[in-house]
Amino acid sequence: MSLFSLFGALEVGLIFSLVALGVFISFRLLRFPDLTVDGSFPLGGAVCAVLIANGMDPFLATLIATLAGALAGMVTAVLNVHLKIMDLLASILMMIALYSINLRIMGRPNIPLIMEPTMFSILQPQWLADYIARPLILLMVVLVAKVLLDAYFSTRQGLAIRATGSNPRMSRAQGVNTGAMVILGMAISNALVGLAGAMFVQTQGGADISMGIGTIVIGLAAVIIGESILPARRIIFLTLAVVIGAVIYRFFIALALNSDFIGLQAQDLNLITAVLVVIALVIPLIKQRLTRRRHT
Amino acid sequence: MKSPIGKWLSLGALALALATPFSNVVAETKSVAATAIVEHPALDSVRDGVRAALEEAGYSGDKLKWQYQTAQGNTATAAQIARKFVGDRPDVIVAIATPSAQAVVASTKSVPVVFAAVTDPLAAQLVRSWDASGTNVTGVSDELELDRQMELVKRVLPNATRVGMVYNPGEANSVVVVERLRELLPTMGMTLVEAAAPRTVDVGSAARSLVGKVDVIYTNTDNNVVSAYESLVKVGTDTKTPLIASDTDSVARGAIAALGIDYYQHGVQAGKVAVRVLQGEAPGSIAPQKTGELSLYVNRSAAAAQGVTLSQELLDSAAEIID
Repeated sequence: MSLFSLFGALEVGLIFSLVALGVFISFRLLRFPDLTVDGSFPLGGAVCAVLIANGMDPFLATLIATLAGALAGMVTAVLNVHLKIMDLLASILMMIALYSINLRIMGRPNIPLIMEPTMFSILQPQWLADYIARPLILLMVVLVAKVLLDAYFSTRQGLAIRATGSNPRMSRAQGVNTGAMVILGMAISNALVGLAGAMFVQTQGGADISMGIGTIVIGLAAVIIGESILPARRIIFLTLAVVIGAVIYRFFIALALNSDFIGLQAQDLNLITAVLVVIALVIPLIKQRLTRRRHT
Repeated sequence: MKSPIGKWLSLGALALALATPFSNVVAETKSVAATAIVEHPALDSVRDGVRAALEEAGYSGDKLKWQYQTAQGNTATAAQIARKFVGDRPDVIVAIATPSAQAVVASTKSVPVVFAAVTDPLAAQLVRSWDASGTNVTGVSDELELDRQMELVKRVLPNATRVGMVYNPGEANSVVVVERLRELLPTMGMTLVEAAAPRTVDVGSAARSLVGKVDVIYTNTDNNVVSAYESLVKVGTDTKTPLIASDTDSVARGAIAALGIDYYQHGVQAGKVAVRVLQGEAPGSIAPQKTGELSLYVNRSAAAAQGVTLSQELLDSAAEIID
């Protein structure tokens, strides 16, 4: 595997670790099965690409894309909390609605940013090759996001969100406004996903209407891989595990892309990725069995 | 490069340089990496065409290191494939369809890239103009040249002056075609009559609104129109209004004729560009091309049903005749 391939996997992995952090907040902390992600990822990308293509500062465009993601998450939560639509259905409705909204925002199915300035072209120092600079900048972004999340989920409000997810009835009894906490948590979750979309379009040459397909699957896989590789209870390790899980998942894809030497072909890619993930999930189980056997 | 990795890379380059006497034995061997965003018949044909053109030029067997990857519809995977290819440093990367081409072009400014099956490479920011780019990028667009389309209308119906068009005003590609035809047709002594079909169910009634006002109905690859082509064919047959399409698939469904893209030939054309790059030409000095080879499909029974007699000259030049 070449350096380019490795850094490419790291780069895409770090972008999807933001998605994974968002999915972790909705699925794990809030226990809200949220598929909005498939729409809010391209939403962030679409908003960011349109604004940059119209000459806006890339940093401001990224901020607005993040807020757009937050708004999408809030709408899903409001559909569920106030209009009493089942959580899964509310998120599916939002996901399909966002497809049309994204097309409206973009005005056409594809907006290139190959020749536009991006956050990365501005921050990249002259002496550093872009394929190394991009993952480094992304690492900073992800670290800041992770540290902020860790800090926030240790505050009173952050703990209230976590309590809402683990025991809503008890939380209400303690005076927590659980509806507001769900809306807030979903906003944070989808803001991260919108930010990931904005990062994606700025590193990969532009926004495409099809870029959202399968986002939730990648996010969930990352969360589960992370949890099984680094089982933890404290929030700082939980978020770390999620980030690692996302990067590992992309390394598996890079590995699968390089598997032609054993006679596998292009169309086998998704299968190889799936098999690699299964192996990663099974290893802890085997280890557990082995240690148990030793005890008996 | 001044980074430690740069040093590491230049060490690798040194090692390669030292190994050159050995690699001289297979100096003619070239590596080509091809990628497409998804697997579907047209894109697969492009890939096969590229490969055929390479083999035609002698890059076959052990003279060609060929690799092919599809992103299976996933843009993030397309990005990773692009990075892998750039890292493998092949002699040329062939990128099929817009998202794959954008991912590759965003990943490298040095490895030669030949794009194919991209409709508008300017709008996709792959190249700045139709002139030689001066960069590492060139390729072949599958945009249909409308003057050739209108020449077909003239060949099928020499007396036609009023061209009707049913289209979805919400589809960007169709709006572009209509705007260009509005300018082009008067220069050929014809006029355009438009009928909007914002939904698939509107196609039939939009076509009926054209009856009596037009001599022929031309259809582009508008998704609404292509989806509801049968309703258009019914109007054409009932009222003897000839239909001419721009995609060859619609001919089997009841259009009289279409001068459309044969995606295998499109791939061959892109493959020939790749061969020029392999033989040492700089991609930046090769101007991006439009599809040269179009295939004429005609439907004799549809022509009879819509009251048109096809000339022998037309039948002789057809790649496919449907009865």
